[in-house]
Amino acid sequence: MRELARHTGWMVVRQSRNLMREPIWIAMMVIQPLIWLLLYGQLFSRVPSLRGGASSYVEFLTPGIVCMNAFFGGTWAGMAMISDLDRHVVDRFLAAPASRVAIVLSQVIRAGITAILQALLLLAVGYALGVRVHGGVAGWLVVLAASSLLAMVFAGFSNGIALLVRKEASMIATANFVGLPLMFLSSILLGTALMPGWIGSIARFNPVNWGVEAARNAVVTGGAWWTSGQFLLFLLAAAAATTAFATWTFRAYQRSI
Amino acid sequence: MDAIVAEDLRKRYKSVEALDGVSFAVREGEVFGLLGPNGAGKSTSVRVLTTLTKPDSGRASVAGEDVVAHPQRVRSAIGYVAQDSGVDWEATGRENLLLQGRIHGMRGPSLKARVDELLGLVGMEDAADRVARGYSGGMKRRLDIAIGLVHRPRVLFLDEPTTGLDPEARAALWVEVDRLAAEQQLTILLTTHYLEEADRLAERVAIVSRGRIVVEGRPDELKAGLRGDSVTVELAEASGRADEAAAIVGAFEGATETAVEGAQLRTRVANGAQAIPGILSALDARGIPVASVTTARPSLDDVYLHYTGRDFSAEDAAG
Repeated sequence: MRELARHTGWMVVRQSRNLMREPIWIAMMVIQPLIWLLLYGQLFSRVPSLRGGASSYVEFLTPGIVCMNAFFGGTWAGMAMISDLDRHVVDRFLAAPASRVAIVLSQVIRAGITAILQALLLLAVGYALGVRVHGGVAGWLVVLAASSLLAMVFAGFSNGIALLVRKEASMIATANFVGLPLMFLSSILLGTALMPGWIGSIARFNPVNWGVEAARNAVVTGGAWWTSGQFLLFLLAAAAATTAFATWTFRAYQRSI
Repeated sequence: MDAIVAEDLRKRYKSVEALDGVSFAVREGEVFGLLGPNGAGKSTSVRVLTTLTKPDSGRASVAGEDVVAHPQRVRSAIGYVAQDSGVDWEATGRENLLLQGRIHGMRGPSLKARVDELLGLVGMEDAADRVARGYSGGMKRRLDIAIGLVHRPRVLFLDEPTTGLDPEARAALWVEVDRLAAEQQLTILLTTHYLEEADRLAERVAIVSRGRIVVEGRPDELKAGLRGDSVTVELAEASGRADEAAAIVGAFEGATETAVEGAQLRTRVANGAQAIPGILSALDARGIPVASVTTARPSLDDVYLHYTGRDFSAEDAAG
């Protein structure tokens, strides 16, 4: 267990450091969520019915964008695994006494950390635009937990797919195929009350929506803690399940070499 | 004691019999070469011995530990330099080494000192803090070797260490391997599909062909086991007369193992220099034009041909 924690820690450091050396990646990680927030925030700002109880559309939107960003980031997390497979870094670790689970888990945790940093950035920019987290400190923590768990749910899934397909093109296709539908089947842009009934029904089972609901409760309502807590637990279970899926596909990869 | 023992290893990938009963033993401190064309089963053997792949059947132990029963112990005792570099491109040389050392349970100042020592050993002090993406192929390879050595392994696996390197980098790496073998108390298992490389580096070689070991021994013993010199005659035109020429040459006194490969025919005689004038005049008498003729002392190439009945370079190109 201690070995797993240590190895995971070093591998998280490795991946984070590698990413910090990509100026374009950093720029995209900063600029992209801000574009979404500012663009969508402006686009729908004149439609009062969209605010869903928030004092402004941007307040309604900020927790949604935090979650959208987190889960998009997660869906792409498998690219790093493919790069490590292509460069034979994974095989090098496998021939050494590296913790097998740490190789997968570190990718998932790294995605969670990235999501937290982006959530902090978005909340800070939101603050400048007048968005207040009505849940106070607990509200901030719920938003950060929702974003990191959401990123981890999809990072587990993405790494699992990466280990199955082992090709960048297939990985990109899968990420796109999963990403946009899940975004529109959630209340990121539009409150559940305004959705057609069938979309609302599907959204209830969409992990993205669990995160959005929890984060929005924390920002807009500043309450409904029990509901948010449940959503976070669902996300935690989903993250555990997708990480288990990724470790299972990792074993399949090991058997194939 | 033997540092590596492989007994009747078998491994099947879908329809391909990658290992068809491979057995060999490597003594402690020895440089042992697995030699064979691409696809012969060298890399699969190494993947079994480095615990990356489980054999379907057979038994193997490395540094006294069974590779299937105690893979973690084997991993702690070995260094593995894979055919394809395992360098993390976005990390510096030093960071690559530090992480590998930590995975092997090394810590603090002793790890730092070991990393400095290795960077010096492979002559990479100046490049140590640059990101590996910018390294040349030869530098990445040297870093790979340093990564394989960081925890002072007892057995080092070098899988095709010079494939893809230019001749200069290859020669430099050979010197490196020689020095490692001499300075460190290391057992080295080297795979290669370059005959000259095995000849140059390995104290003993095993020739692998189609998942089996066909012969094993010291390169000079194997060469001495072949009687006489090889004579290669290149006919001027592939006019379909190669078989006729082979019959003429094959009828020569003492000529053995005569084989035709396109417009080229090869044979083995006791003394090449003495036989050539006779061969040339016999071919000339039949009006078969000759482009060139060469003779050579036996090489590992000839050993390969002798034991497998197939030409090494043709096999390698096909593989």
